Amino acid sequence: MTLVAAITWQAIADGLGLGAIYALMAVGIGLVFGVLRLVNFAYGQLVMAGAFALAVAGERGWPQWAGILLCFGVVLTLSFLMERLVFRPLRAHSPAVMLVATFAVAFLLQSIALLWFGPLGKIATSLAELNQPVRIGDVDVRKITVVAIVTAVACLAALLLLLGRTSLGLHMRAAAMDFGTARLIGVDANRVIGAAVLVSGLLAGVVAVMLTVQTPLVTPDFALRDTIVVLAGVVLGGMNRLLTATLGGFAIGFVSGVLGYALPTDQSQYLPSFLFVAVILVLLVRPGGLFARGRDAAVQRV
Amino acid sequence: MADHALELRELSVRYGAVDAVRGLSLVAERGEVVGLIGPNGAGKSSTLHAIMGVVRPAGGEILVNGTSVRGRRPEAVARSGVALVPEGRRIFADLTVDENLRLGLAGRGSRTLNGGGVRGDLAWVYELFPIVHEFRKRQAGVLSGGQQQQLAIARALVARPEVLLLDEPSLGLAPTLVDAVFGALGAIRERGVTSLLVEQRAQRTVAFADRTYLIANGELRLTLTPKDADDTTTMVAAYLS
Repeated sequence: MTLVAAITWQAIADGLGLGAIYALMAVGIGLVFGVLRLVNFAYGQLVMAGAFALAVAGERGWPQWAGILLCFGVVLTLSFLMERLVFRPLRAHSPAVMLVATFAVAFLLQSIALLWFGPLGKIATSLAELNQPVRIGDVDVRKITVVAIVTAVACLAALLLLLGRTSLGLHMRAAAMDFGTARLIGVDANRVIGAAVLVSGLLAGVVAVMLTVQTPLVTPDFALRDTIVVLAGVVLGGMNRLLTATLGGFAIGFVSGVLGYALPTDQSQYLPSFLFVAVILVLLVRPGGLFARGRDAAVQRV
Repeated sequence: MADHALELRELSVRYGAVDAVRGLSLVAERGEVVGLIGPNGAGKSSTLHAIMGVVRPAGGEILVNGTSVRGRRPEAVARSGVALVPEGRRIFADLTVDENLRLGLAGRGSRTLNGGGVRGDLAWVYELFPIVHEFRKRQAGVLSGGQQQQLAIARALVARPEVLLLDEPSLGLAPTLVDAVFGALGAIRERGVTSLLVEQRAQRTVAFADRTYLIANGELRLTLTPKDADDTTTMVAAYLS
């Protein structure tokens, strides 16, 4: 059986679902990168913390809505603390310092989860019913796939409205283009960074809910692999623009989802290797990113 | 006695071991255009950067309407009524002309000087720079250098500043566009806005400004008035001193 023959509508549906979740993660990472020029490696740990919140709420028999509320509460609180205790004091330092700081935060959160919940983690089952299939045409699609796509589209539309129609959004876009000049004309740096980090956290909460449905076993390294794949996707798409970063996240999620479904089990273990080789090859040809255009596509090399 | 619109007292700026500005004192009254000229590296831009809070002064005081803005963050200085037209324009090329103008409103902060009046200010800015109105839906990056300069000044003006700082606004412009920029500065003066104009066009600045400070090597060398505009010998001597 060839790989192409194995790519069915079912595989495409899975790819769209994972692509939608990865696109949201890419937006979350891209928003913070835009205003701080910082790759937040601790993003996956925010998702992990939200997933544990869902698992704990489910374990205690809380209703679904309370679990989701707790998930968002935990993720937003951690985002707020991260911004106040790490990003804000360090933002005038070099990107290398901030990068190392996000590594430190990532490992700190992972270690706390390890101490608190143990290496085996917990199982979040409160939203498991979303794994039931619904029939669309001739294809059985899991409800979570539909929910993920609809939620991602709604979140992206809301974000577009925020960025395109509000003064806060305009300030965020200007800060992403030239933070120094934006501040000189009165754009409040703390407000813009705070908003970017909180919106990014909100998206991490959404992703935590979606991923927990797809992967109910929540361990301290939950979402770590996804974050690395999304980061590769963001670089692949083009980091300098939110749109290209989002497209990169979606593309790598879509390909992961499709191949994850289409590849035989004994070959799917090679999927990450295949993905990263593809990323390297694309970046060798288009160093500015797959979707970058014009001056963004040109990268100065030494 | 009323406070000066802008006053620098013994301002010093240092980059490591290098003194960029040494004990510079100057004043600008309400509605005045004050020139700041001098050779490259004299400390003109460093003075503006210190006022805007981009660099922290090593010493001295910066007062806007009698209130110290020294040590404030750039956005706080902007919101206290000081607007900068930066060197090289630094407009947001990927945003539309209209969006660039709207960004200028950020400089108003919570100030309610003479009421809101955004629409009225926009109308005035459009009247001053018709090209900004004509191209308001276009991407700012496609404008010519002169048009971008007009947009940069317009963006600063919609913040309704009390003090306008201009860093070499005529740099790289064709002579007719330089005339347009100085014409706009005249209209801004009539509006009662105080301007501190950093320029390389020394003679023209001295002739235009109410008072011009000539600095060299970070120090004040001369204070000139329009009647000194033709005294190029003295100016050249101060430049070379």
